Amino acid sequence: MHEMSIAVAMVEQVTETPAADGCQAVSAVRLRLGELAGVVAGSLRFCFSLACAGTVLEGAELLIEHVPGRARCEPCGAEWATGMPPQLCCPQCEGGKAELVSGRELQITGLRHADGADGGGAAHHASVQVKES
Amino acid sequence: MCRVVDLQQAVLVKNDERAGSLRAELTARGTTVVNLLSSPGSGKTALLEAELALAASRGVPVAALTADLATEHDAERLARAGVPVKQVLTDGLCHLEAGMLGEQLEGWLPAGTRLLFVENVGNLVCPASYDLGESLRVVLASVTEGEDKPLKYPTAFGLAQLVIVTKDDIAEAAGFDEEAFRANVHQVNPGVDVVLTSARRGTGTGLLLERALAVAGGEEAHRPVMARTGSGSGGGSSYGHTHTHTHAHPHAHADAGAHAHPHTTITTASAAGVPARSHS
Ligand SMILES: [Zn+2]
Repeated sequence: MHEMSIAVAMVEQVTETPAADGCQAVSAVRLRLGELAGVVAGSLRFCFSLACAGTVLEGAELLIEHVPGRARCEPCGAEWATGMPPQLCCPQCEGGKAELVSGRELQITGLRHADGADGGGAAHHASVQVKES
Repeated sequence: MCRVVDLQQAVLVKNDERAGSLRAELTARGTTVVNLLSSPGSGKTALLEAELALAASRGVPVAALTADLATEHDAERLARAGVPVKQVLTDGLCHLEAGMLGEQLEGWLPAGTRLLFVENVGNLVCPASYDLGESLRVVLASVTEGEDKPLKYPTAFGLAQLVIVTKDDIAEAAGFDEEAFRANVHQVNPGVDVVLTSARRGTGTGLLLERALAVAGGEEAHRPVMARTGSGSGGGSSYGHTHTHTHAHPHAHADAGAHAHPHTTITTASAAGVPARSHS
């Protein structure tokens, strides 16, 4: 179950990102998840909640935007929904030179911070709270 | 009063970057990595044993690192080929990552190694998402695993640069429908070669070695459709995860960082007994 490794990577990235600095807590993380990314959304949600425990993401919601798989065949111009299991052979010319237009996304696209305490006031992020484990 | 921050960060970017730098380092040293993926019991060890022995007999400097051994005897079998073999105990970790591989190779990989075969952890789900810095990714399945295996594990088969069917000697007894298997592979990965082997009969021995040597010699490996991602799908790495930022040591977590690290500590056989945390 590599969803755990993925969840931990997400938490690390969020805690390391400058955008998370100066904020008390992250209340939600937005993720684009492609149909062909090889990640099970349910498992990822579960692992994410575990990985967030004890960090500034504790209790954060995982907002998953599912991205359908789509492929395009340059030689003949066909474009189609790949489905799952995917059809990656061109349905029009039966060629094998297609490209994925979408579907392998595994990407953090945004964070939501619960009201940033003294938002504009402090110039520095004196109060990033990292609980001790 | 919530604040929303937009980001564009591929989740596996660190692994992808580490894999890229490992590939560059090893290439500079003249070493090409072959990443072998399969389910448990696919006959991977028998196949690898034969390929290593063949390489040794031809004087090709090869080495093998294995993270998927059913028993201790498997390591002995591989070592019988007379080439350097390293066993990695993963205690439940479901895949190798590029950073782990890099650490394992440090101080072990003999200079002048032409090919390094990496036997990944035995499953077809998790290892598929992690580039290890290989130049050839091989997926194995035995005839007993059924024709629909490629459709059940589309990420693994979809990203394969070579598909090897093992235990072909019992294909008939197992009721293996070769045409259906090939059609299923074709659906998720048109153009990839599918080769049949039997370690017992010795058929197909050397195919893997030859293919690996060809790639090491500069021949371009197959490019799966699933690895060809246009700008929209987050180009960048060959495995389709968008790159945005950072370079970091895969294990350099700030100690203040609170969460338990789920990665199992990898130990070598000689260092077994080191406490390992695992997830499952
Ligand atoms: Zn076409």
